[in-house]
Amino acid sequence: MSATVAARPSGSLEGGADLLEVRDLVVRYPVRRGLMRALRREPRKFVSAVDGVSLSVRPGEMLAIVGESGCGKTSTAQAILRMVETTCGVIELGGRDITHLGAKDLRPVRRTMQMVYQDPYESLDPRFRVRRAVEEPMVIHGIGGSKGERERLVIEALERVELSPADLYVDRYPHELSGGQRQRVAIAASLVLHPKLLLADEPVSMLDVSVRAGILTLLDHLRRDGDMGIVMITHDLSTAAHFADRIAVMYLGRIVEEGSARQVIRDPQHPYTKALMSVVPKRDPRERTEPQILQGETPNPIDLPTGCRFHPRCPVAEERCSRIDPELRIARGTSGDVHRAACVLVSPG
Amino acid sequence: MSLLAVRDLHVWFDLPHGGRLHAVQGITFEVEVGERLGLVGESGCGKTTALLALMGLLPPSAEVEGEVLIDGIEILRGGEDAMRPHRWTDIAMVFQGAMNALNPVKTVGSQIVEPMEFHGTATGAAAKREAGDLLQLVGIPASAADRYPHEFSGGMRQRAAIAMALACEPKVLLADEPTTALDVMVQAQILQLLVSLTHDLGLAVMLVTHDLPLVTQVCERAVVMYAGRTAESAPVDTLFHDPRHPYTRLLFAATPDLTGDSEVVSIPGAPPRLDRPLVGCPFASRCDRTFDRCRVDTPELVMVAARHQAACHLNDAEHAHEMDAATGGGAS
Repeated sequence: MSATVAARPSGSLEGGADLLEVRDLVVRYPVRRGLMRALRREPRKFVSAVDGVSLSVRPGEMLAIVGESGCGKTSTAQAILRMVETTCGVIELGGRDITHLGAKDLRPVRRTMQMVYQDPYESLDPRFRVRRAVEEPMVIHGIGGSKGERERLVIEALERVELSPADLYVDRYPHELSGGQRQRVAIAASLVLHPKLLLADEPVSMLDVSVRAGILTLLDHLRRDGDMGIVMITHDLSTAAHFADRIAVMYLGRIVEEGSARQVIRDPQHPYTKALMSVVPKRDPRERTEPQILQGETPNPIDLPTGCRFHPRCPVAEERCSRIDPELRIARGTSGDVHRAACVLVSPG
Repeated sequence: MSLLAVRDLHVWFDLPHGGRLHAVQGITFEVEVGERLGLVGESGCGKTTALLALMGLLPPSAEVEGEVLIDGIEILRGGEDAMRPHRWTDIAMVFQGAMNALNPVKTVGSQIVEPMEFHGTATGAAAKREAGDLLQLVGIPASAADRYPHEFSGGMRQRAAIAMALACEPKVLLADEPTTALDVMVQAQILQLLVSLTHDLGLAVMLVTHDLPLVTQVCERAVVMYAGRTAESAPVDTLFHDPRHPYTRLLFAATPDLTGDSEVVSIPGAPPRLDRPLVGCPFASRCDRTFDRCRVDTPELVMVAARHQAACHLNDAEHAHEMDAATGGGAS
């Protein structure tokens, strides 16, 4: 696999061909208030974990959502999966609005969206053999027909995640597998439902460095072979740069920069992206650069800064940045391959 | 004379069902005043065990052999009695996950004062003042000494953990995965702090991590460990541009680089079991340059150039051209 920052796959460029489209997504959680405050009828406070996020994923495409903890990347994924309630905004999967689908209608939709979790030591039931872990989703969703047919599908899924020969693995328990193998089993368990969209939340951060590339390459093959789209959530810009087609950088519930991986990495526009890139350790000691270290940590989303959310930590902030809340707008590129940034200092070029 | 010298360190663990696990199989390195040395390897390669051996903090089921010298004084042989005067006052450690191990019901300041009073380096008001100074040194306002760990962010707790390790003014700080659970920006802040401590205090820092790029960015030299042994040891620039052990080259190749276009490839297989006698090179089954001798003959760690050691048969004269062919691809 070459370092791919390929353009969007051809053939799906026409409008409306998006697999997933999220528009102006807002996810708010109530902030716990003490008994006294409740008795005094103080107004409930809310924290906006996601505050107006729009994104789209095409079939066969990998979108990386990059950001620090608390930026809202996991809440975005959970809202897409309808695991948390969307406060406002629209989520469309394959052109169908699923934002407010009821439990009954949601069930068949859920099958088409699968999640791969960060920690394969936690996400697999330790009492289930590999066979049962992979078979379980089919049983729940009532697919696969007979037991023999399900067995065939289990074997097929294990081969797809390169656990072959599959016979060697089906009767093992998770504790008999390495971290990388467990993550492959978890991926196989989501593949048996033939999902159109895979959401991978930090899929390799718990794994040893030596096996990370294998899992990422596997995800890369899976989306290239079929029409599956992948949303990968990661805090690691290097991984995003190598494996994603597009990158969305999030800060405090907003996307601050979005574009093709190549453009975002080669020509970052937002000061936050630039700072993030400067602190990523480089392999070559000769490429050591002076990191642009932002002081402090991401502010509490309960008390958001006025104007641009990034301005209190921004190294190039001007006076107007504390007043103007910048929109995500086109910074580079044309209609086919746009590169957006939310910063008043970025001029379209 | 080096500040810290470790010679042929071995650690065995007695297993509950009989048998022994040879976790550290003879590692040797030196650290100078103000130097930053990296110790890199996959999980289970013995990095943390080696550090705990230096601190004399291994459980009784462990047997430790070798020499550990601080300023030329041997501290390992005399057992606990010889170790105690040096632990924390000469050599200190920030444990993995230390930021999550602070006592939740005591103020951060009182937890920094505790080791000072225990070791008698300072007491009462003087110790309190020093705790404030230490917090400032690691980038936390001295006034925060009266606050509790839950009032601190993750990055601040990690800074406080470093301040605690520095309480008795050690000469060597062992930092075990100090940034693993932190965000990239906070990671950069902590690394900057460790670097400034080596500059400002002449502290020697050993950074233990599985993250090779972290080491090449922060450290001057690094030891690459594999299966309890030293695979290679060199200045980081040499390690990247002229690796003399295939494991080093493959570890770099397994790590994505932000701007690099090179392919990212994982290393197949798994490290050997350490509870069985070693036959041949421990990396032979995963190596892409294995030949007959690797399966029968365990390579010794030898000097391949000035300040550069590696344990690989390819460095023998008759195979040198193969290593060159291999490294040419890895460092491009």
